[in-house]
Amino acid sequence: MSSSVQVPAGASERAYHLAEEHEHEAGSSTMLGFWLYLMSDCLIFAMLFASYGVYSGSTAGGPDAKELFDLPLVALNTAMLLFSSITYGFAMIAAEEGKKAATLRWLAITGVFGLCFLGIEMYEFSHLIHEGAGPQRSAFLSAFFTLVGTHGLHVTFGIVWLTTLMVQVAKHGLGAANMRRLMCLSLFWHFLDVVWIGVFTFVYLLGVL
Amino acid sequence: MAGHAHHDAHGHGADHGHGGHGDAPSHGSRREYVIGFLLSVVLTAIPFALVMTNAFADTRITAAIVTLCAVVQIVVHMIYFLHMNTKSENGWTLMALIFTVILVVIVLAGSLWVMYHMNVNMMPQMSGDMSAM
Amino acid sequence: MSETLTKLIFGRLTIESFPIHEPIIVMTFIAVAIGGAAVLAALTYFKLWGYLWKEWFTTVDHKRIGIMYMILGIVMLLRGFADAVMMRGQQAMAFGQNEGFLNAHHYDQVFTAHGVIMIFFVAMPLVTGLMNYIVPLQIGARDVSFPFLNNFSFWMTASGVVIVMASLFVGEFARTGWLAFAPLSGLDYSPDVGVDYYIWALQLAGVGTLLSGVNLIATIVKMRAPGMGLMKMPIFTWSALVTNILIVAAFPVLTAVLAMLSLDRYVGTNFFTNTLGGNPMMYVNMIWIWGHPEVYILILPAFGVFSEIVSTFSGKRLFGYTSMVYALLVITILSYLVWLHHFFTMGSGASVNSFFGITTMIISIPTGAKIFNWLFTMYRGRIRYELPMLWAIAFMLTFTIGGMTGVLLAVPPADFVLHNSLFLVAHFHNVIIGGVVFGMFAGINYWFPKAFGFKLDKKWGLVSFWCWFVGFWVAFTPLYVLGLMGITRRLRHFDDPSLQIWFIIAAVGAAIIAVGIAAFLVQIAVSIMNRDKLRDFTGDPWGGRSLEWATSSPPPDYNFAFTPVVHDMDAWYDMKEHKYARPTEGFTAIHMPSNTWAGIVLAGISTVFGLAMVWYIWWLAALSFVAVIGVAIYHTFNYNRDFHIPVEEVIETERQRTADLQAAGV
Repeated sequence: MSSSVQVPAGASERAYHLAEEHEHEAGSSTMLGFWLYLMSDCLIFAMLFASYGVYSGSTAGGPDAKELFDLPLVALNTAMLLFSSITYGFAMIAAEEGKKAATLRWLAITGVFGLCFLGIEMYEFSHLIHEGAGPQRSAFLSAFFTLVGTHGLHVTFGIVWLTTLMVQVAKHGLGAANMRRLMCLSLFWHFLDVVWIGVFTFVYLLGVL
Repeated sequence: MAGHAHHDAHGHGADHGHGGHGDAPSHGSRREYVIGFLLSVVLTAIPFALVMTNAFADTRITAAIVTLCAVVQIVVHMIYFLHMNTKSENGWTLMALIFTVILVVIVLAGSLWVMYHMNVNMMPQMSGDMSAM
Repeated sequence: MSETLTKLIFGRLTIESFPIHEPIIVMTFIAVAIGGAAVLAALTYFKLWGYLWKEWFTTVDHKRIGIMYMILGIVMLLRGFADAVMMRGQQAMAFGQNEGFLNAHHYDQVFTAHGVIMIFFVAMPLVTGLMNYIVPLQIGARDVSFPFLNNFSFWMTASGVVIVMASLFVGEFARTGWLAFAPLSGLDYSPDVGVDYYIWALQLAGVGTLLSGVNLIATIVKMRAPGMGLMKMPIFTWSALVTNILIVAAFPVLTAVLAMLSLDRYVGTNFFTNTLGGNPMMYVNMIWIWGHPEVYILILPAFGVFSEIVSTFSGKRLFGYTSMVYALLVITILSYLVWLHHFFTMGSGASVNSFFGITTMIISIPTGAKIFNWLFTMYRGRIRYELPMLWAIAFMLTFTIGGMTGVLLAVPPADFVLHNSLFLVAHFHNVIIGGVVFGMFAGINYWFPKAFGFKLDKKWGLVSFWCWFVGFWVAFTPLYVLGLMGITRRLRHFDDPSLQIWFIIAAVGAAIIAVGIAAFLVQIAVSIMNRDKLRDFTGDPWGGRSLEWATSSPPPDYNFAFTPVVHDMDAWYDMKEHKYARPTEGFTAIHMPSNTWAGIVLAGISTVFGLAMVWYIWWLAALSFVAVIGVAIYHTFNYNRDFHIPVEEVIETERQRTADLQAAGV
């Protein structure tokens, strides 16, 4: 038995309810809830990494990682995402200081870096498909396109969200609700960068090694 | 806020029910973001350089360093960008993260192990040369 | 109209997609259509649409959402059980010359639909519904952390149900077994819509399940009443916490693997094909990484229910509370380390199989510890044999045997003999019916008075209970025997006439269970008719121990007029011991979330999206996808999501409660 009754004496002094209304701050669970969602997303990526790992040798006579991947391009892409991470950070700092215009400016810059990332990735994909190394060619390429593409889809979704949020900040300012949303998107955006570390390391760098 | 009036009514300290009251999510300062960014740049540049210049003849050394850099960079991101610490949400976020990392390791390592053994056992002629599949 | 144009508009949906040549399906359709029309007519006649929309469909009240989940689960139980009866009937008949009444095409759909429906659309809604209803009450909260998401989650589950049900009348369902193993589920072997129905039903329902998991974890972590430390949480809440952690950690795996399967089917990738490097065993590997935690997702809430019931009806504090909690935590981790025991025969070799065999045996230890804790709780207790307690005792007897046959299967060499046999089928029904189903009936009988203010009829409850308990053993003992004789599962026809007697016995068992289900429905009907006689004014009909019994039955919208303060694990029992007097004045207005249309609308459009994808109606798929995003974004522009219940209303509700308590003489 764990929790023993601590105060058997003086029972009447025990309060069994709160006389005041017990207000749960609006959205006080939001950060935790969103973090839990990110953890679940992390497991989706885990499965995609697992299948990439299992299929990395299953090229079915087709091109393998060494022949396909263009490291300078990946390095450029990595830089885009890393820049967008710090600019989002600056947006958050501006938001906390209550500077609406600066927040919007940094958010816009973040969005542009995100779009550059997507553009480069789409260029890479179309290039691969053009060379006959599309997702249908082999299980290895299926896994590659799915893993990297899922990350790209997340970035796309992030940009849609970012745009929506910019409109909302412009319209309603930096109130508590919008700060919460900015914070959630911040977690989402930085989380995508973390996933990208896994992608460029295990898919690209170790792939061409 | 009304919530604080009753804090004395709480049970034992470490895991009381209402840690969420008033502790705002932690944010980083400009300094933190810049440190995180610079560390990330270094930790990205090293592995790319090693691989692109074929710095070591033994690729296993490169692979080990590249992996190490990735792990360190993930931790850097967690601390400086995602502001992970033991205190936010009473440690629940960190706990969720640790649990997730354990599961990620289990499913990744487990899948690779299981499927590798199946390939070795069931398709011995192909093991080692999966490209023939 | 030209063929291309028809294709463009309707995708692969044609007149032939409607199975008018299958008499069973046509009859079912007619029955459903007439029944459905009658319900719709009645709703219209009694002008209930507005009420349903305002009070139920758009509600964010966790109690109403919980009830809707339960109704959904019970309705789908009837569908899933109809499939079971058809299978039992077919197998009892189809010997030698007799082909039975189901052709292979239909039979394969029936066993697939049975499994899918029972797990995803019966067990999951029942479990989620129970957690939704009870957890906020047990922790003294007003609602869950994210009330809108809760509504949305429910409707996404319902969306999955709609898609599965649509497959009955338009096109076909998967013919692959409930996990749709590749490569059978790939485009090469299942080119029709069946597997696509399967994929989209599960993906949409999966969104709901995942979000409700996030929601309940956040609720339990953040919304507990002051004083309720983790080790003072009621054990059902603990099991709900652990269950939802498993949901959040397991369902993404299902999402990922089904996404890969759909890429194989829609885009032509080669994850699970036999060609170009694909590996079907990777599908099996990944889906069981989800599949094993899933069985714990179903059983742990049932464990929680039994813990509450055994303690209440033995009149004792739960024995070994701390060990119960640790058992739950150990199971959480271990449930991720056993998945390979579902496919020992894959051929990973001795080292892999031994590892997973051993972890499987280890996981039975915390489960066994829980059984002993319940027994010790009963030991020297003053046991009241009310309906919930009967279900709990039947559970302990049945589940223990099911668990032991599971340990048998955990031995890899034995599994090579029993794999895919009827022994396995008997085993998992033994734990799922004996555990989850008995648990849900126990929970329904236990908490029904809380939700509706009157107890369930005991006489019909006893009929239902005995029919289920006896029927289960009559139906599944023969399957153990047949399995040991080497009969594999999912067979439609048999040649050896000596086996028939066992299948006939099993069919009789299914018939007895059918009586049990009918008796349950009668029990509810009779209870509603006799509700004044069965009424409970105290809010605490069983002498309960946790906080949900502290408020009225049914609880007011706001659950508790004043937030309770907790000093003990059995919080309500502790209040009663200390002669806590319920406050009758000093009420204030109460802050509550507002209803929202967004959940049902978003889920509705998602359903359209799913159906359009199934039928390759690309324009509609694109349109509904954009619409979902658009509506979701539009919804985020609504910043006013709450209101206050005026203090007059609170005073009036509480005055009524005072009067009820006086009438009941408390």
